Amino acid sequence: MANPDVVLVGFGWTGAIMAERLTAAGLNVLAIERGGWRDTPNTFATTFDQDELRYMWRHHQFENVAHDTLTFRNNAGQVALPMRRLGSFLPGTGVGGAGIHWNGQVWRYLPTDFAVRSHNLKRYGASAIPPDMTVQDFPVTYDELEPHYDTFEYLCGISGKAGNLNGKIQPGGNPFEGWRSREYPNPPLDMTYGPTLFASAATEAGYHPFVHPAANMSRAYTNPLGAQLGECTYCGFCEKFGCGNYSKASPQTTILPILMRRPNFTLLTNCEVTKIELDPGKTRATGVIYVDGKGQTQFQGAEVVMLTAYILHNVRLLLTSSIGKPYDPKAGTGVIGKNYAYQITSSVNVFYDDKIINPFIGAGALGMIIDDFNGDNFDHSGLGFIGGGYIGVVNTGARPIETHPTPDGVPAWGSAWKKSIAENYLKTVSIATHGAVMSHRGNYLDLDPTYTDTYGRPLLRMTFDFTDNEHRMSDYLTDRATDVAKRMGAREVQAKKRAGSYSVVPYQTTHNTGGAIMGDNPKTSAVNRYLQSWDVSNVFVQGASAYPQNAGYNPTATLAALAYWSADAFLNHYQKSPGPLVHA
Amino acid sequence: MRRGIAIAGLLFAVTLAIFVASALTQAQQSALLPSEQVLRGKYLAILGDCASCHTSKDGAAYAGGRGLNSGFGIIYSANITPDRETGIGNWSTDQFYRAMHQGIADDDSHLYPAFPYPYFTHMTRADDDAIYAYLRTIPAVHAKPPPNKLPFPLNIRGIMAIWNALYFSEGEYKPDPTKSVEWNRGAYIVTGPGHCGGCHTPKNFLMADEYDRALSGSPIDNWFAADLTGEPRAGLASWTAADIEEYLKSGRNARATASGSMQEVIGLSTSRMEDADRAAIAIYLKGLPPSAPVKQSSAPDPAAMRAGGAIFVDACSSCHLSQGRGQLRLFPPLAGSATVQSHDATTVLHIILRGSHSLATNDKPTPLAMPAFTWKLNDQQVADVATYIRNSWGNQASQVDAADVAKLRSDLAKGGGN
Repeated sequence: MANPDVVLVGFGWTGAIMAERLTAAGLNVLAIERGGWRDTPNTFATTFDQDELRYMWRHHQFENVAHDTLTFRNNAGQVALPMRRLGSFLPGTGVGGAGIHWNGQVWRYLPTDFAVRSHNLKRYGASAIPPDMTVQDFPVTYDELEPHYDTFEYLCGISGKAGNLNGKIQPGGNPFEGWRSREYPNPPLDMTYGPTLFASAATEAGYHPFVHPAANMSRAYTNPLGAQLGECTYCGFCEKFGCGNYSKASPQTTILPILMRRPNFTLLTNCEVTKIELDPGKTRATGVIYVDGKGQTQFQGAEVVMLTAYILHNVRLLLTSSIGKPYDPKAGTGVIGKNYAYQITSSVNVFYDDKIINPFIGAGALGMIIDDFNGDNFDHSGLGFIGGGYIGVVNTGARPIETHPTPDGVPAWGSAWKKSIAENYLKTVSIATHGAVMSHRGNYLDLDPTYTDTYGRPLLRMTFDFTDNEHRMSDYLTDRATDVAKRMGAREVQAKKRAGSYSVVPYQTTHNTGGAIMGDNPKTSAVNRYLQSWDVSNVFVQGASAYPQNAGYNPTATLAALAYWSADAFLNHYQKSPGPLVHA
Repeated sequence: MRRGIAIAGLLFAVTLAIFVASALTQAQQSALLPSEQVLRGKYLAILGDCASCHTSKDGAAYAGGRGLNSGFGIIYSANITPDRETGIGNWSTDQFYRAMHQGIADDDSHLYPAFPYPYFTHMTRADDDAIYAYLRTIPAVHAKPPPNKLPFPLNIRGIMAIWNALYFSEGEYKPDPTKSVEWNRGAYIVTGPGHCGGCHTPKNFLMADEYDRALSGSPIDNWFAADLTGEPRAGLASWTAADIEEYLKSGRNARATASGSMQEVIGLSTSRMEDADRAAIAIYLKGLPPSAPVKQSSAPDPAAMRAGGAIFVDACSSCHLSQGRGQLRLFPPLAGSATVQSHDATTVLHIILRGSHSLATNDKPTPLAMPAFTWKLNDQQVADVATYIRNSWGNQASQVDAADVAKLRSDLAKGGGN
């Protein structure tokens, strides 16, 4: 087709948000998605959706590692090997991306999360940040993003309770959160027993429990675009599943019904972009190369290219297209691949004899949380780490193949194991901690020297491990969770700290960040505060690849807010005068 | 000053019109400079939903060739574009009026009442002329519809003279002076261009309307077109005029979601009508007396109700919610639903077996859908859950038997209905 105004590479949350904003402004937009079309009635209808084996264990909604994967190692001294089965994180593929199989846990970052370096230096002094901890401030503030968080929350119909309305602390909400301009669009979900037990004990311990903000609908909702969502039935199949009831916000439920009707939007599915083409001067993108559904290589011209794929693919496309200088951990120079980060989680199980929890009544973000130990909500003096995380009980559904809680001392298999599961399944509450990971000089992404994908492109190589900061922080959170657990009146409390090196095998979170980070200096960041490449000004890189480090919260609301922020700048400034939006 | 600009504009337009008229054909000229009559004809074509039957799947607008199930065989709609060979390009206004008014084509042959001239006969000459004028402006498409598939003797068009003598009464609509202007407008649309009875009025063995049971519901293509009278359960007694208007505009209201071919009617016709015309239709329908009450059936089998209730909880309640209360304008309520309590359960069974994609309109863009259960529930299970929803939460309707489901399943498998 003729050059559209904007080509979007990847069609999940950021692609759909961008496409909606840009087409509303009259631009012609083409989105190119490597996977297929997906919609509620055909792809996750209630008649077959709640199938744990098919979707959770056989990965029917996720990236196919036989087609594309990455190589992994803990540090530069090791040889990275291909990840041949998804585990630690679960990127999506297909229309809607990972926005289909997320839980719908929707968090705003704390105002101080945007100023991790300057805030911690100011409060705790120069020694708070070790030399190899490469954290940076976001080049954008919470106050600047607040209206865009709000837009996303109303788009999704978030169920929740405000804790800070225009600076005034609200009972029942999170007292630590940044100010918000108005209440959530929908009231909180109805709470189940396990989270309620946790909240009572946390209150007794002097903490401040509140209801988890959820993209699971507490009631039927029509969003500002006119898309309709239905009331959640607490079926417990959000995480790793599509929602057959139109009850979980996704690109499909919130944007596509409107977007797909617009004549100035075009979507290509089963077409995978393999490279961004540059002009001879390497200062301007001319279009993208993609492989279509028949395996044919095609060129699509574009005025502007926006990378709206998952962070790992955004970063690899920049590397394979030679946009920006690759990061070199030895010299500490270069930017592409820099500051890859993740999150660190742990759990504390609480076993009862006398309480029936019914954990199968669930929703992706149905839970009670305390934020007393997130970010810099508490004094870190003398603790030996910065950052934090939230602690809480979230009943996502306790699906049967996945959920088999057993106390310490029970064998890992056989009849005693089965007996213990039968005794404990209904009577267990699991407290989770969900912690930040600071960026570190040795944690990064680059191209693997050995392994290639199905098209012959080098695989992305991930080099990552938890550092002392993360372990100290996570252990501290786990201890605080254990304090609360001990107040819950249980028979037994079992703390499961995150020990040792990071492993890519067990599922933890799909919250990979960094690699194309935003900043105010082209020497230390890949994109500017509007997510525009410093090197090629008609390339924008959306998504969590822009985060200079990871926070203690789930990343989706922030990447969505950044997309709205970037779209505004693009329409109001770039469109009028194409070129760099920030002059370094 | 403003007046000066207007006059200058008019002069320019006239000059342009003379220039254009000299260069273009009559049809193209009208397309560029639509007269009041053409615009009115375009709107009347929307009221009459002409595009629906006269456009085949993936075919050009109004080029015909869509197969209509007449009850006896397939009749293919005519090409009504101005193409001289295959369309109606050679027709005069008088010939067009005669077709609309008497069901007779330009070559004096009889048209089949699949073309609903028994309704169109109620339209005024001026309205027919306006539609004619509009149809002259659309692009001519050379497309010959396939020959009809009708058995002897119905394949002889002349036989329609007998049908007409028995069932057809010619004549334009006569306003009822005792009723309001709005009511009369509604009556004109419903019984004239809208030809609502074409689906909603029961038919006799020769597929003629049973006029004394007008709009009380009728089977069509493996669906059951709803009872539009004031019947308390299966009819529109519980709907307000505003409910009817909303339904016709968006395909949904707080009581129901459109399914089957009504979606096409709403998408191509009623959603594009003027608000005043939807209001007039609602006033007219709300004035219809209740159809004859259905014989009270005996209480449903308790075993079927038990089994149906369990299936309802498992398969239906996540969207339609407990007590069948539904989610307004999203997933229709089953409690109090006219569709659910219809005399004839075909529509309910059809939706359970095949599922239903709701109509997406600008007003309600989300293409909500109910999944198909044909692969998941057997005949007895479908019958039981249908019986349960037809007889719970205050609902009352006849029990459904597995044999009814089996028959519909088999008819659907043969390709009838969508």
